[in-house]
Amino acid sequence: MTWSEVWPLLWPATKETLTMTAVATAFTAVLGTLLGVLLVLTERDGLLPVPPLNKVLGFVVNVGRSLPFLILMVAIIPFTKLITGTSLGNTAAIVPLTVGAIPFYARLVEIGLREVDPGVIHAAHAMGATRREIVAKVLLREARPGLVSGLTVTVIAVIGYTAMAGTVGGGGLGYLAISYGYERFETKVMIATVVLLVAIVLAVQLAGDLIARRLIRK
Amino acid sequence: MAAVDGVDLEVREGEIFGVLGRSGAGKSTLLRCVNLLERPDTGRVVVDGQDLLSLSGGELRRARQGIGMIHQHFGLLGSRTVAGNVAFPLEVMGVPRAERAQRVAELLELVGLSEHAKAYPAQISGGQKQRVGIARALAGRPKVLLSDEATSALDPETTASILELLRDLNRRLGLTVLLITHEMDVVKRICDSAAIMRDGRVVESGKVRDLLLRPGSELARGLFPLPEATVRPGTTVVDVTFEGDSADRPFVSTLARTYSIDVNILGGAVEEIGDARIGRLRIELPGDPQINAAQLAHLREAGLTVEVHGEAAHDGEAAVQDETAADGGTAVDGGTAVRGEDPLATEEALS
Repeated sequence: MTWSEVWPLLWPATKETLTMTAVATAFTAVLGTLLGVLLVLTERDGLLPVPPLNKVLGFVVNVGRSLPFLILMVAIIPFTKLITGTSLGNTAAIVPLTVGAIPFYARLVEIGLREVDPGVIHAAHAMGATRREIVAKVLLREARPGLVSGLTVTVIAVIGYTAMAGTVGGGGLGYLAISYGYERFETKVMIATVVLLVAIVLAVQLAGDLIARRLIRK
Repeated sequence: MAAVDGVDLEVREGEIFGVLGRSGAGKSTLLRCVNLLERPDTGRVVVDGQDLLSLSGGELRRARQGIGMIHQHFGLLGSRTVAGNVAFPLEVMGVPRAERAQRVAELLELVGLSEHAKAYPAQISGGQKQRVGIARALAGRPKVLLSDEATSALDPETTASILELLRDLNRRLGLTVLLITHEMDVVKRICDSAAIMRDGRVVESGKVRDLLLRPGSELARGLFPLPEATVRPGTTVVDVTFEGDSADRPFVSTLARTYSIDVNILGGAVEEIGDARIGRLRIELPGDPQINAAQLAHLREAGLTVEVHGEAAHDGEAAVQDETAADGGTAVDGGTAVRGEDPLATEEALS
């Protein structure tokens, strides 16, 4: 293959990777934040202590995080089918990507929320704030830099997961690298995909750092 | 284990009441009971005539909006500006945006921070942060302000300026302040009344002036630190506490002249407490206390509070001596004084 033959392959694959990542990240940001907030709220000393629920959630998150993504992806095929009506393709890949990323991000949300100064929460209580106000205006808002950093790490993990999406017929750069670069010994494709992936990851990290830094009021 | 047990405090409207104690004495828990951040197992918490323990969740939140609180580590939102922090309680109270902005400006003016409205907490000093805390606490026009070691994280000069601000707000707004502290100095500078807590109990309480004049008072001992008294055989060691006028009368020389004895001064201090001047002097008289009965009576008649050291019968006599302060002669039990309009009273036992 010549470089002029490689280029046309790259753009669609890049678009697929970015689409899968973006959609999975969007779902993860919402559901992972929700799960992370629940983990913090329901613990024994939390704002809404329900220790049994906390234990169950913690267990689910741990199991979700300990499964290798490849196995998770195959294991939840019935669930994927239920949601998307298919178990193949980019859309189908988004389901396991999201399911795999949620527990990962939920833990990062939990860590971020725990770093919020308890004195501020205490003060909000003393002002007569409701739980909802404390979660929205104190916890989530004060933790914003940490949440953004956590989401950055999560996006990068999701980009890594998309490389395995080929297993369920998803496309993307990872699939391109395996099918051309590895299986057909097209070194140029391999190099190009690796360079692109690295560039995307660096760009995401850079953007995440910039946003997080802007949110830290120093 | 009870963190606070059998505490019965009454804070009168418009006064600054200080609860003094070491860390772990239970004063923080006590303060948090006043707005029910900590719920006592038994007892009553009455603020501005309202029994807080009888309120529902929503009612309690509204009641809290009328009780300001400031904190040792300020508790400011790092993600909001100074103005945003002051606006927070107003948002919680549901004050409309336009009104909020106006009230925030007023409050910042009140604490002298108008220029820093747009700064973030990380950009201002500790003293300024506490001023933001105070402005925020006053947002709901509370009648009562709770202060949880508000000056403990500040240097001495900043502490002085914050205490001055509290005193000023107390006078200008008629704000009742209940503060807890481990600093004797805070009580000395601004408190009208005080209580001393140890192991979850109040060991003494009343008006600061009365406590200082009460023999055996811990507050007096803390404020006028005199070393452990060593009584040489054949001598009488006496701590004399004097106030106001008697501070200006030369009682030592009068005593020496009247009875032709040598009076040794072992130590002493004079403090300005509010508008009054109160002092304590430790003197040594020749001869046993029995021999000095007339001399001691002389001092008591002069309006001085007298404590005799090192007598075997001291404890028994203390009760008699308690009543000897001639100036009004009241052994005030401020903790149980009952008045009609007290905005804040706590009575609780936590276990």
